[in-house]
Amino acid sequence: MAEMTRRRGKVGYLLMIPAAVWLALFFVIPFYSLVATSLYDQAGSDFRGWEMTYAFGNYVDALQDYWQPLVRAIVYAAVATLICLVLGYVLAYAIAFKSGRWKTLLLVLVIAPFFTSFLLRTLSWQLILADDGWIVSIFQFLQILGDDGRLLATPFAVITGLAYNFLPFMVLPLFASIDKIDPRLIEASTDLYANPVAGFFKVTWPLSLPGVVSGTLLTFIPAAGDYINAQLLGSTNTRVIGGVIDGQFTDANNSAIAAALSMVLMIIIVAMVFFYVRRAGTEELL
Amino acid sequence: MSQQAEATAPTATDGSYDGLRLSQLTKQFVGFTAVQDLDLDVPRGSFFALLGPSGCGKTTTLRMVAGLEDPTSGTITLAGQDITKTKPYRRPVNTVFQNYALFPHLDIYENVAFGLRRRKSGEVEKQVDEMLALVELEPQRRKKPAQLSGGQQQRVALARALINKPEVLLLDEPLGALDLKLRRSMQIEIKRIQTEVGLTFVHVTHDQEEAMTMADTVAVMNKGIIEQLGAPTELYENPRSTFVANFLGQSNLIEGTITNRAADLATVDMHGIAVSIPMDRTHTDGDAGWVGIRPEKVLIGEEGAELDAPGNTIPGGVISDVSFVGVSTLYLVRMPWGQELAVFAQNTGRTRIFRVGEKVELSWRPEYAFLLDQAQDAHAGAQESDA
Amino acid sequence: MRWLREHLVLILGLLVLAYTFVPIGVVVLMSFNDPETRNIYRFDGFTLHNWTNFCEAPGMCDSLWLSIRIALLATLVATILGTLAAFALVRHDFAGRSSSNLLIFLPMAAPEIVLGSSLLTLFVQGGFAGQLGFWTIFIAHVMFCLSFVVVTVRSRLAGMNDTLEQAAADLYATPTQTFMRVTFPLVLPGILGAALLSFSLSFDDFIITNLNSGSETTFPMFVWGASRVGVPMQVNVVGTLMFAVSVVIVVAVELNSRRRMKALAVR
Repeated sequence: MAEMTRRRGKVGYLLMIPAAVWLALFFVIPFYSLVATSLYDQAGSDFRGWEMTYAFGNYVDALQDYWQPLVRAIVYAAVATLICLVLGYVLAYAIAFKSGRWKTLLLVLVIAPFFTSFLLRTLSWQLILADDGWIVSIFQFLQILGDDGRLLATPFAVITGLAYNFLPFMVLPLFASIDKIDPRLIEASTDLYANPVAGFFKVTWPLSLPGVVSGTLLTFIPAAGDYINAQLLGSTNTRVIGGVIDGQFTDANNSAIAAALSMVLMIIIVAMVFFYVRRAGTEELL
Repeated sequence: MSQQAEATAPTATDGSYDGLRLSQLTKQFVGFTAVQDLDLDVPRGSFFALLGPSGCGKTTTLRMVAGLEDPTSGTITLAGQDITKTKPYRRPVNTVFQNYALFPHLDIYENVAFGLRRRKSGEVEKQVDEMLALVELEPQRRKKPAQLSGGQQQRVALARALINKPEVLLLDEPLGALDLKLRRSMQIEIKRIQTEVGLTFVHVTHDQEEAMTMADTVAVMNKGIIEQLGAPTELYENPRSTFVANFLGQSNLIEGTITNRAADLATVDMHGIAVSIPMDRTHTDGDAGWVGIRPEKVLIGEEGAELDAPGNTIPGGVISDVSFVGVSTLYLVRMPWGQELAVFAQNTGRTRIFRVGEKVELSWRPEYAFLLDQAQDAHAGAQESDA
Repeated sequence: MRWLREHLVLILGLLVLAYTFVPIGVVVLMSFNDPETRNIYRFDGFTLHNWTNFCEAPGMCDSLWLSIRIALLATLVATILGTLAAFALVRHDFAGRSSSNLLIFLPMAAPEIVLGSSLLTLFVQGGFAGQLGFWTIFIAHVMFCLSFVVVTVRSRLAGMNDTLEQAAADLYATPTQTFMRVTFPLVLPGILGAALLSFSLSFDDFIITNLNSGSETTFPMFVWGASRVGVPMQVNVVGTLMFAVSVVIVVAVELNSRRRMKALAVR
């Protein structure tokens, strides 16, 4: 297929402008107001007005008080992402190579459950992991849990919920990458004395890396900010940063701290992404 | 805007050319020039072929005539009217695209009717039925393009363009995707349709056999310029450049120097042997040239034997390779000066087939030889076998 | 044994797929639940009550209606703006094209809590703290749906061969006619897919909506609030319906394309 010739001129601008303006107004500019809010004098409020002090101390306060939920959020998200990677890779691989003419149908089936409400799906896990439910009973039987052990209100439940809810974000980019791999390459590797395990690690895995990178990023980033799973499946001991931020905005009316925490979360994510992508060596994420 | 008015070609009263005329047409891209000062006259009603290897500028030229590409400079005139700046949807020119470009969401009927509907032509149904009958696709009228075979799609593309009775029909390598047998039958088919319909066809191709079979006039293009233009026989029998000599069929090119020019015959010293070449078949100003002779024109015989008719005789050859192809035998003969010459001998049964290592004599009639400028590359235009 | 080895990956993959449907099964199951007490989320007995008395729970249907209205409006706006932008990014060249590409990508890569917080601070700083509600939710939804629409339409558009439009021009179609008769019909499936995606993203959003909703309650917010005191089973009816609709659409699309494939086999 020949390269598409792009048209130069004003029409391109005009077409792009409405969307660009919307995003500039409601995505870019809000970051400035987020920064500004995070630097407000904490003693202010929506009523009394805020005094703009360059209160970098807000960040110190915020971190001092809430570093635990922050770390927890990152750890939970990381573990969940790893689980998603394993489950998602199996699923993506199966669909890409082993499904023949059912490929499209299977792909759509992967996404179909996720057209149901996120909250309802998470509530379902409350039922599945309930104290008198099957899973807990089996775990107790297998001595994984003590006789009065629970799954709900533990990090296990939160991570399970996260891993479930963000699975499609992992599967789809993985699939896109794996699907592009020419199966004849794997055949060639077996011809050259590689057993299936070696073939996987030496051929399939490296070639699927771009998908692994996008998948892990698209899973980790939203998972780090999520608090629905933590609060529906967890307890006060599993509070995560997302819930703190929401709480500070709505209940405690402490916008400055909330904004500061938001900024911190974002900065950490950006930094992690930056080093991760550098390390993985793939520039093409899109 | 009355497109109908533009579409009817006025035979211009000011005596200007009533066919397609390209004048000094140039197309420059960033970094290279695709078409360089092209001058071309395509007579009305003729079947014209633009022949050349990929990258020679023939498709770019075609697209400029269609209006899909803007020339950097130069003019395009059709029946006396300058259409250089006219938009493609206002030109009375239609194209059969290389990959057919059939609209996948419309059925065959609507594809063919597309141009008529845009021009708000009357009697659409009648015209479409006639055209579908012409290309023998009547039963498929309600099918979608994806449901047809390659050959059928090709005929739809042809019908879709033809139905608009354009001044010029452009065909951009339309047979490239078809297998050999289908290609041959489509070549005959398209030629038949052109003769029946009487429109001007401009056919772009890299296949020299295709161009020679179908066209009345062939223009050989190379690197943006026209090397030679003429009837297929003229181009083949009397090429004016090494490119044309090698691109159309095969040629043996042997070093030689002109020793004498008479009124109608030139004498050339070819590695010590004197050969004659008619003056109207010498295409070099200087004295250093390539003596050209086509392999099928070279007669091969045993050393010392009297050959068919006196002509240029070259002794001292040794057979270095024999390939029996059924219809003919291809010999490679190593000459005393080291060059291997190719000889096609038709297996008429009158002469025996020689063996490798045998000593032979070659000869040819002077009126078949031609002389080209030695400054030109002897391998220009030679078809490389591509993977 | 050999059969097992050969099909191991496929079996594992299907197991993972089945696993994704388990919570949905729970949702469907719970829609028929007759709860003994409000607080404990557990299957106690079978009833059709939830289906027949759909709007029994106070506030649920109102929140549902609000979510639908916002989703419809946000989908409309996001699809239009996003489609225009997709055309610009694929078909045109202009200074700032690569920055625009980046701008489109970024919202997809940010956590919802950050998107929601920053938008909230904008509204507060702009003096709209008292006017949080329908329109602020709408604005937020268009904002995060835009990227998904652009990406979806863009991939459909990029896959289109532009020779078709050249052919249309060659056959006397003006640029407008070419767009209406060739380009648009071929992009339409991508646009519809993007609209569908946008609708479900908007309908289901909680985190961003929660921060910017003021006193309004969307369906996800209703479920969240109810989860603390006991969720009415009718929400599971909604969940089941959502799932059923998406299954129907999926199956319909698949059947349609299979029918077209069958037609192709007929020569």
